[in-house]
Amino acid sequence: MIVASRTGQALLGVAALAIASMPFWASSWHMQLVSTALVGALLALSLQLLVGGTGLVSLGQAGFFGLGAYTVYLLGSPPVWIALPAAMAAAGAAALLTGTLALRTRGFFFLMTSLAFGQMMFFAFHDTGLGGGSDGQFIARPFLGFALSRQNRPAALLLANLTVLTIVYAALCWLMGTAFGHALQGIRSNENRMAAMGHNVQRLKLAAFVLSGALAGLAGHMSVLTDGFVNPGLLDWHRSAEALLMILLGGIGALHGPILGAFALTAVQEAGSLLTDRPRLIEGAVFLAAVLFLRHGLAGRRR
Amino acid sequence: MLAGLLAQVLNGVQYGLLLFLIGSGLTLIFGVMGVINLAHGSLFMIGAYLAFAVAGATGQFWLALPLAIIGGAALGTVLERLLFRRFRTRPHMDQVLLTFALILLFEEARSAVFGNQFHSVAIPAGLDFSVPVVGGFRYSAYRLAVLAICLAIAAGMVWLIERTRIGSAIRAAAENAAMLDLLGVDATRIHRLVFAGGTALAMLAGALAAPLQSVYPGMGDGFLILSFIVVVIGGLGSVAGAFWGALLVGMTDTMAKAYVPQAGGIAVCAMMAAVLIWRPAGLSGRG
Amino acid sequence: MAVTQGDWAMGHISRRAMLAGTALTAGLARPAIARDVPLQVGTMLPFSGTYAALGENIFAALELAIAENGGKLGGRPVALIRLDDESDPAKAPANVNRLVERDNADVLVGTVHSGVVMALVQAAREHRIPLVIPNAGNVAATRDLCAPSVFRSSFSNWQPAYGMGRALAARGVKQAAWVTWDYAAGHESADGFRDGLRAGGAELTHTLTVPFPETNFQPVLAQIGGLGVEAVGAFFAGGGAIQFVKDYAASGLRDKIPLCGSGFLTEGVLKPQGAAADGIQTALHYGDGLDNPRNIAFRAAFKAKTGRDADVYAVQGYDAGQMLAAGLAGTQGDPVATQALAAAILATRIDSPRGAFTLSPSHNPVQTIWLREAKDGQNKVIGAAVKDLADPGTGCKMAGA
Repeated sequence: MIVASRTGQALLGVAALAIASMPFWASSWHMQLVSTALVGALLALSLQLLVGGTGLVSLGQAGFFGLGAYTVYLLGSPPVWIALPAAMAAAGAAALLTGTLALRTRGFFFLMTSLAFGQMMFFAFHDTGLGGGSDGQFIARPFLGFALSRQNRPAALLLANLTVLTIVYAALCWLMGTAFGHALQGIRSNENRMAAMGHNVQRLKLAAFVLSGALAGLAGHMSVLTDGFVNPGLLDWHRSAEALLMILLGGIGALHGPILGAFALTAVQEAGSLLTDRPRLIEGAVFLAAVLFLRHGLAGRRR
Repeated sequence: MLAGLLAQVLNGVQYGLLLFLIGSGLTLIFGVMGVINLAHGSLFMIGAYLAFAVAGATGQFWLALPLAIIGGAALGTVLERLLFRRFRTRPHMDQVLLTFALILLFEEARSAVFGNQFHSVAIPAGLDFSVPVVGGFRYSAYRLAVLAICLAIAAGMVWLIERTRIGSAIRAAAENAAMLDLLGVDATRIHRLVFAGGTALAMLAGALAAPLQSVYPGMGDGFLILSFIVVVIGGLGSVAGAFWGALLVGMTDTMAKAYVPQAGGIAVCAMMAAVLIWRPAGLSGRG
Repeated sequence: MAVTQGDWAMGHISRRAMLAGTALTAGLARPAIARDVPLQVGTMLPFSGTYAALGENIFAALELAIAENGGKLGGRPVALIRLDDESDPAKAPANVNRLVERDNADVLVGTVHSGVVMALVQAAREHRIPLVIPNAGNVAATRDLCAPSVFRSSFSNWQPAYGMGRALAARGVKQAAWVTWDYAAGHESADGFRDGLRAGGAELTHTLTVPFPETNFQPVLAQIGGLGVEAVGAFFAGGGAIQFVKDYAASGLRDKIPLCGSGFLTEGVLKPQGAAADGIQTALHYGDGLDNPRNIAFRAAFKAKTGRDADVYAVQGYDAGQMLAAGLAGTQGDPVATQALAAAILATRIDSPRGAFTLSPSHNPVQTIWLREAKDGQNKVIGAAVKDLADPGTGCKMAGA
């Protein structure tokens, strides 16, 4: 997995500035749409640490995403400086627990075990009264530290989401350059060799899994902040699959791939709903084309 | 109380055997071809809609069963030829995405052809009665017939896999793909056979299930997750493992729903996690 | 186009056409109320998925009601915006934003799914946009979350089940059980059933649940025989209702313990249920064979427009249109004058095909719950279970409530 070149990072920076300037020229609807894409990008980026970073394909990421969101609800929407770390901690703890078990398996079995754990979390909120039942709950958004009117809320949330995504992306860029990052890349290309070289592969994988889970929880927190709504659908495995799609669309070989993919997917879905009454047809056709012909994603052929 | 428990056991076995039809195809497709097929649940749904269409047009439900097998084999051959053949050697992630795209497309095709209403398929006339089982609890004759059909198919499959030449080739392929060449068998033929067979079984299961549950959009979703759990518990590529796994899943699901409804969904996932912690490659132990 | 002038015959605008319209008006301030500017009625209903048929009937009947009102509401021409909510609660906040922020809807009508409707209630409360709920029965919308701008033309989950409980108790049943999907609507209806039984001196002894939307009912059916109850009530809809009624009959329970329920158990699904449904009594605010001229005229008009027979969902959509007409007439077409709009709707006796009704102070219909019996593919009304029943509206804090 590559980190974007200097030119690439500069282009990403320009895109971020363009988004940051949206409050001056875009409608509140479009700002909300971009916020949705930013939250999706955050979720996909958390998963990229596993998929592109460590070579672990998980189909349970939405479980941690939803758990982060529900943490905000269960704590009764505290201010953001409590809600945000709490969401990350809860999702990270769940990842520690399930990762310890799931990482005993490999390949296809890991995929299925992660799916099963994700679905367990889904059912825990869907079938019990724990999170307000299967219909979901509307909740007050965590307090950001300053008063928000309804008019300036879309802009403020857009900037908050952009800031969080930028920080997480920068942190992951740094992380992939550290010894830990190199070790994860080593596991991705050849796990046995890394073990033979004396690395504690299980520990490294678990660390990546927990970090990834905590970041997914952060994404879930941002989703609640954006929508003011929790629903078991946040934990549904379809959402995990969508996060994988974002990675594939954007490019599995690049750290910034999921960000491109999240925007591409949001655009495809929005275009699908505007242009036809059968959005799934468009979505399905785009995925099929992507998986058949776009094997290295929007980020290109390099790896 | 005891009568109730016996009835639940019967329910669990019947549900488990239906899961076996879906899961056995899935496990062979993965074991032999190395392909994860998330669209397997959609094939189940297509089988159910086929039964709905055939029963509606001709009034002959039984006609739907051979048609599901023939249609399933044909559809499986086409899918294998056009798509899955190329994805055998691709990463799991690509297979997940390919088959997720297929789910969306199958759902949309279903919506275009049949609309989005719930439909119901009448229980075939000859079996539309119930049989006293235990303590005044009656059991639908059709459910008993499904149970018998599933058992017969399971026996047939075990015979096919264990006793025939083609079966030993399939076992060898599931064991080790390179072995096929040593045995002098055309690997492509085996792949096509396994994929067509798996598709036919999933569609047959859908057709059999149609009178038992309504025919509706997304009906394959619940079965998809459960049958994947069957595959994982049983061990990849093992038909016998899928059989015992399916019974275990069917029983756990039924008992949990009957006695601790709030844990209905969690119970099966928890059982799978427990099995994997104990045997990381499933009950049959390979993988 | 969003700038459709005056003419109702243009019909509804599709989202495709809206695209062009939004592009033109994006960034412009909202125009002041002018009597010839079309009123944007944002409808958010399921047009795909499980509840698609319900959404279509509600929409067609809403169109009918507006057409009968001269194609206008409060004197203003109407542009209907049609948005498919897919009955997906996870997409609900984004879909509501589409109507409110992108399409600038002036009033909202929606929806069927009780999770999705919460997003509409949220928007109606925050943006003070009038909302009429044409189906979803979650009690919260007209209890804790009631608001001056939120109205319901349908029912609360509590109401039909209460009627069924009362009818059972009146017949001398002392102990009954309730079977439902394990979700909010099911529990709210269980509360109604319990309260109805109690009001007649009977008891709800067991509540059995099945995870939503599971249709494998064998595990609960095997328990019912041993409960020792005289009647079983059920809350299922759509495919679940078809399957439950068929399985109940096949298990041999039907001849020992009569099955009854909230009206949705046999609503719109009698044909696939076939003989298994014969004789099942249910309670609902509408039924077949209601012999009043209003109903007969409505059913004829609906049939002429759509080629389909009207059902309870069509009635609810029709009455949503009537309520909007009454409210906006009171404000000369101004949707923002919330208090005046609410006062006008509350002061009107809605002349519904189900029988005329008024709204309670918490904005839920005060309506007769009919007792119906399934026979020959119809839910024949055999009498009133409870006359003019109001939802308790517990927890509604609203000026005047």
